[in-house]
Amino acid sequence: MVVLESKKINKHFHNPIDFHVLKDITFSIEQGEFVSIMGKSGCGKSTLLYILSTMDTDYTGELHLAGKLVSGRPQQELAIIRNEHIGFVFQFHYLLPEFSVLDNVMLPARKLGKKSYKEIKQNAYDKLELLGIKEQADKKASMLSGGQKQRVSIARALINDPAIIMGDEPTGNLDSKNSENVFNIFKDLSSNQNLSLLIVTHDQDFANKTDRIIEMGDGKIIS
Amino acid sequence: MTNYKVIFDITRTHLQSRLKQTSVAALGVTFGIGTFIIMMGFMTGLNGLLDGLILNRTPHIHIYNEIKPTEVQPIQFDDSFAGDFNIIHNVKPKESLVRVHNALPIISELQKDKRVKGVTAQAMARVFYVAGSIELNGIVNGIDVMEEVKLFNFGDYIVEGSGESLLKNNNGILLGAGIAKKMSLSVDDKINVSTPNGGFFPLKIVGIYQSGLAEVDNTQSYVNLKTAQQLLGEGSNYISDINVKLYNMELAPEMAKELTKSFDLTATDIQTANAQFETGTSIRNLITYAVSITLLIVAGFGIYNILNMLIYEKMNDIAILKATGFSGSDVKKIFISQAIIIGFIGGMLGLILGFIGSVMIDNAPFETEAMPTIKTYPIEYNPLFYIVGITFAMISTFLAGYLPARKAENIDPVEIIRGE
Repeated sequence: MVVLESKKINKHFHNPIDFHVLKDITFSIEQGEFVSIMGKSGCGKSTLLYILSTMDTDYTGELHLAGKLVSGRPQQELAIIRNEHIGFVFQFHYLLPEFSVLDNVMLPARKLGKKSYKEIKQNAYDKLELLGIKEQADKKASMLSGGQKQRVSIARALINDPAIIMGDEPTGNLDSKNSENVFNIFKDLSSNQNLSLLIVTHDQDFANKTDRIIEMGDGKIIS
Repeated sequence: MTNYKVIFDITRTHLQSRLKQTSVAALGVTFGIGTFIIMMGFMTGLNGLLDGLILNRTPHIHIYNEIKPTEVQPIQFDDSFAGDFNIIHNVKPKESLVRVHNALPIISELQKDKRVKGVTAQAMARVFYVAGSIELNGIVNGIDVMEEVKLFNFGDYIVEGSGESLLKNNNGILLGAGIAKKMSLSVDDKINVSTPNGGFFPLKIVGIYQSGLAEVDNTQSYVNLKTAQQLLGEGSNYISDINVKLYNMELAPEMAKELTKSFDLTATDIQTANAQFETGTSIRNLITYAVSITLLIVAGFGIYNILNMLIYEKMNDIAILKATGFSGSDVKKIFISQAIIIGFIGGMLGLILGFIGSVMIDNAPFETEAMPTIKTYPIEYNPLFYIVGITFAMISTFLAGYLPARKAENIDPVEIIRGE
């Protein structure tokens, strides 16, 4: 089953001069596939990721997510789609520093509002346990180390059981031990939970271990 | 599709984690609203006091016989001069009595009128107060003291003695405070009064009258109506002024016109006689509102500033909320509700502060020669001020929060996330 599909996606930057940053990007990701995007700085891989994530809507072409066309939908609706179907992991940890670890993980599910508070709490504990940081649940997010924070943000990405997890250099800011750790978690999610992953990375070792590498250059998919 | 519980939890966490800034913003509102309540209460109290000083004891309609030239000169009765241009030199006022013609029938007529609350008659006599070799000129008003007390709060201005003692003593006088001081007289002393037509009457001081207006207190005294008529050597139908109090003051101008026409007398209404007080009141109100609104606007800018800063600090949070599925309008609601909570808490504290301030002013001693009945500063506790205060607090904080919140709504998360 195809989870994510892009058809002829083009994007221009208009400022300061017109720049064709993405050219006819067409590809798809199957369920359970672990895909990495590689390429030099400025080749447009992050730009592509943010279009695929529905946060950037300034492009032409079609984007299908979980079988539905999402291009051209209003912001309000896209927010709901992101909430329900996409999990995010960023290079910087991006937790809400004043909230507890548990609250951070729970927030997207509480926004979705499909389960009771109690169920969501139990779910969040389960996800934290899965990532081995259950004992940190009641700490404030700002008190954790970098590697721990990244695991919390993976737990948060998982809380709504999304169709796909997207990552923008999730290991870019971690030491090799923690990188290894994060990779293993991703690999485990992909193979054991049949989750799709799309990860932008600079790290050749990391990419080599994924199911498929999409190589980008000058706004095009090279291979 | 908004889960308000989540929004509120985020709001609360933001406010709690910035307790100091939140308190400062709320305190701005508190002082704004508190000052508004105190100023309004104080100003309105003061207005009431000043109005009361003049308006309470001023008749709504004052009927008297004004000395003036006849409007219709004899030549105008002759038809053969009609249409000509007549010039009359040296017009003099017509010789007429100072008293009101047919006063007693007029009074009984007025008492039947449904609009009239009460009518009092007065007889005014010009006199000299004599004590030893000193003679001071002045005015003695003959009044029906109990009616005056009832209708025009006359009792408030009797600082020593009482109205009843005047009623009991036909030769009693309520002496003006200024005269009493000048002649060093006090209650139970005797004073002699001489009239222009040569009469000489010993009167007993049964009380001291103080209006607060020095000019009045230095000349005016009160006796029973009958005594004044005796001073003047006139009968019981001699009445120089009729004072009318109405149920509804607003009807005064209309009714005064009516009376002038039907009785051929001069009738002045309170609005005409005291126009400057209305003006004073409305200008004081205007100033109060202007100052209060300025204070609230300043408080509003405080909230605007703090929320703006908060939003810059929270750029990452906003980006992360949007990335994980919170919509722009959710984010807007988070910040607007912060402003509203600050406004509500600050506003409520402001109402309490305003009330406490009002009570303190109400109990602060304030004694002045001019206002013998006033012991503390005047304050009005009008629920309307409190309603206006909290409403204004909510509206201004909402507006102050709305602009930064809309900015937060439109933040592009991609820019923030990629920016690092």
